[in-house]
Amino acid sequence: MWIEVLIALIKASAIVGMIVGLAGMLGWVERKGSALIQDRIGANRASIFGFAGAGLINTMMADPLKFFTKEDIVPARVDRLLHTLAPCVAMFPVLATFAVIPFGDVLQVGERSINLQVAPLNIGILYVLAMAGLAVYGVVLAGWASNDRLSLLGGIRGSAQMISYEVGMGLSIVAMVMTYGTLDLQAMVRAQGHLIGGWLPAWGVLYQPLAFLIFLCAGIAESKRVPFDLPEGESELVSGYFTEYSGIKYLMFFMTDFIEIAVIAGLITTMFFGGWQVPYLMRDGFHFPGGAAVLLPQVIVAVLQIGSFMVKVFFFCWFQIMIRWTLPRLRYDTLMRLGWKGLLPAALLNILATAVIALAVQG
Amino acid sequence: MTVVPITWYLILGAILFTIGAVGVLIRRNVIVIFMSIELMLNAVNLVFVAFSRQLHSMDGQVAVFFVMTVAAAEAAVGLAVIIAMFRNRETINADELSLLRW
Amino acid sequence: MNPLLFGILALLMIASALGVVLLHSPVRSALSLVMTLFLLAVTFLFLDAYLVAALQVVVYAGAIMVLFLFVIMLLNLQADPQGMAKVGVRFAAVLLASLFLLAAVRFFVAPAALGSGTGMGGTPPAGFGSVEAVAERLFTHSLFAFEVTSVLLLVAIIGAVVLAKRKLV
Repeated sequence: MWIEVLIALIKASAIVGMIVGLAGMLGWVERKGSALIQDRIGANRASIFGFAGAGLINTMMADPLKFFTKEDIVPARVDRLLHTLAPCVAMFPVLATFAVIPFGDVLQVGERSINLQVAPLNIGILYVLAMAGLAVYGVVLAGWASNDRLSLLGGIRGSAQMISYEVGMGLSIVAMVMTYGTLDLQAMVRAQGHLIGGWLPAWGVLYQPLAFLIFLCAGIAESKRVPFDLPEGESELVSGYFTEYSGIKYLMFFMTDFIEIAVIAGLITTMFFGGWQVPYLMRDGFHFPGGAAVLLPQVIVAVLQIGSFMVKVFFFCWFQIMIRWTLPRLRYDTLMRLGWKGLLPAALLNILATAVIALAVQG
Repeated sequence: MTVVPITWYLILGAILFTIGAVGVLIRRNVIVIFMSIELMLNAVNLVFVAFSRQLHSMDGQVAVFFVMTVAAAEAAVGLAVIIAMFRNRETINADELSLLRW
Repeated sequence: MNPLLFGILALLMIASALGVVLLHSPVRSALSLVMTLFLLAVTFLFLDAYLVAALQVVVYAGAIMVLFLFVIMLLNLQADPQGMAKVGVRFAAVLLASLFLLAAVRFFVAPAALGSGTGMGGTPPAGFGSVEAVAERLFTHSLFAFEVTSVLLLVAIIGAVVLAKRKLV
């Protein structure tokens, strides 16, 4: 029993370490990416003896150090308990969502096969929706506890936006659940290893393109990124619901933003783009449709799968960051209209169409 | 590892229900009264699930499903009523909302 | 479930339930209730009710309580010094409630009254409490109730929108 606890601990710490590191790196990707788009150089001043390490010095050391050493200013009129609680409550659900995202198939160590997923729940998708629901509390508490008009406005806007887009997200997930017939994320990824017509990998985006678009849109809105970043509207509300935060608490909100990008990227990868599946790679090696096969040891297969998962997650993180500097911000009423009058009916029609097609194919 | 007998779950449910009932009786803030009602509903849910587990029957969990749905509908309408009341009377103290009292 | 674990969960649940009733600030009451709901979801997990536990977090803690907090924020309710009834009313309420609790435990919860015995029935069948099991019951045995509930939700949505709408002068 203690071996299993140890393995679970190793998996959990590996995932958390990787994600927090990824979040840090995304900060630098954002700066350099925005600089490239805006035809300027971007942050290039942080270096140790002239060695800038392609931004690693900046993100891994300079940025966090800056936040850690800043004074933690707490205004006098805030509700102390809630003000301190809000960043923790904001960060907990987004990190916890990674418990159900599978990052590999199985790893054979001796005679023990380790499922490369921290928590193999059979209600995996519902857990993701539960964590998405809990993520609203961080925004609500931060806006309320700051006892300040602009923060309250940012908090109300943020939470209203999040619960509106949660509905669209949930319904697009329902369509995926109908397609795969399971709520378990690992089973969904394994089902995407089949080949349609003998050569096309059965990735989710081929079965449910509309659900993919709806989920992408709703996911970016959930993480309150541009074009949906009115709650933290930098040109209107100073910093929205985290105006009154500084130092480590601000770093936690900042990190939550980037970790949520990684979460959405992870979920899109898992449900729509085959997760850790490399096309034609089975548990014992490559099996190409022509009949050719390249057999590989199990460890190499596992490493390839984890690598493929990371590449896909990176791609979607980069994609979300690029969208930020491409699209203008949505006005609040346009945003709500898109969520309720655009995504919700589209998701419902998608479910209806999926049901009709599924029945037609079966019967 | 000894198993927890069902009476413990039922007693816990009864205690939560009683705390909710006390909340409805002694608090004057309408929203807190509402929250105490939700607490009572949840105590009932706990009892349903405990019995469902003991009798190996899914009927208890289906009942919980319906209780949750009805509680959601009731919370939405109740809070809308509270907002409308606040707009008219500027108060949500149950003692002051006494227009219908004889 | 381990009795020690149950004891810890029960104590925390009772403490947060008391927090809902006794705290003066409505926001802290609401957060106390969220903690109670979360602990209840954990208890449901230990009782093999997986779908119900997930629904508890998604629906109750994730949607209904957010609605409560939203309304509290919208109405800008601060900590309320006149939040409680007079001392006499408080005393009478607690007395009656304790009498009720004692009567309930003695007559409904006592082992003699439980027709099914006090055991937990042993290991449940495979797939107990999973989505498939609940769905199977829900769409066959309780289909009518399910359909009526959907109409109820529609009525509630329309009612809430109409009630909370700002009247155009």
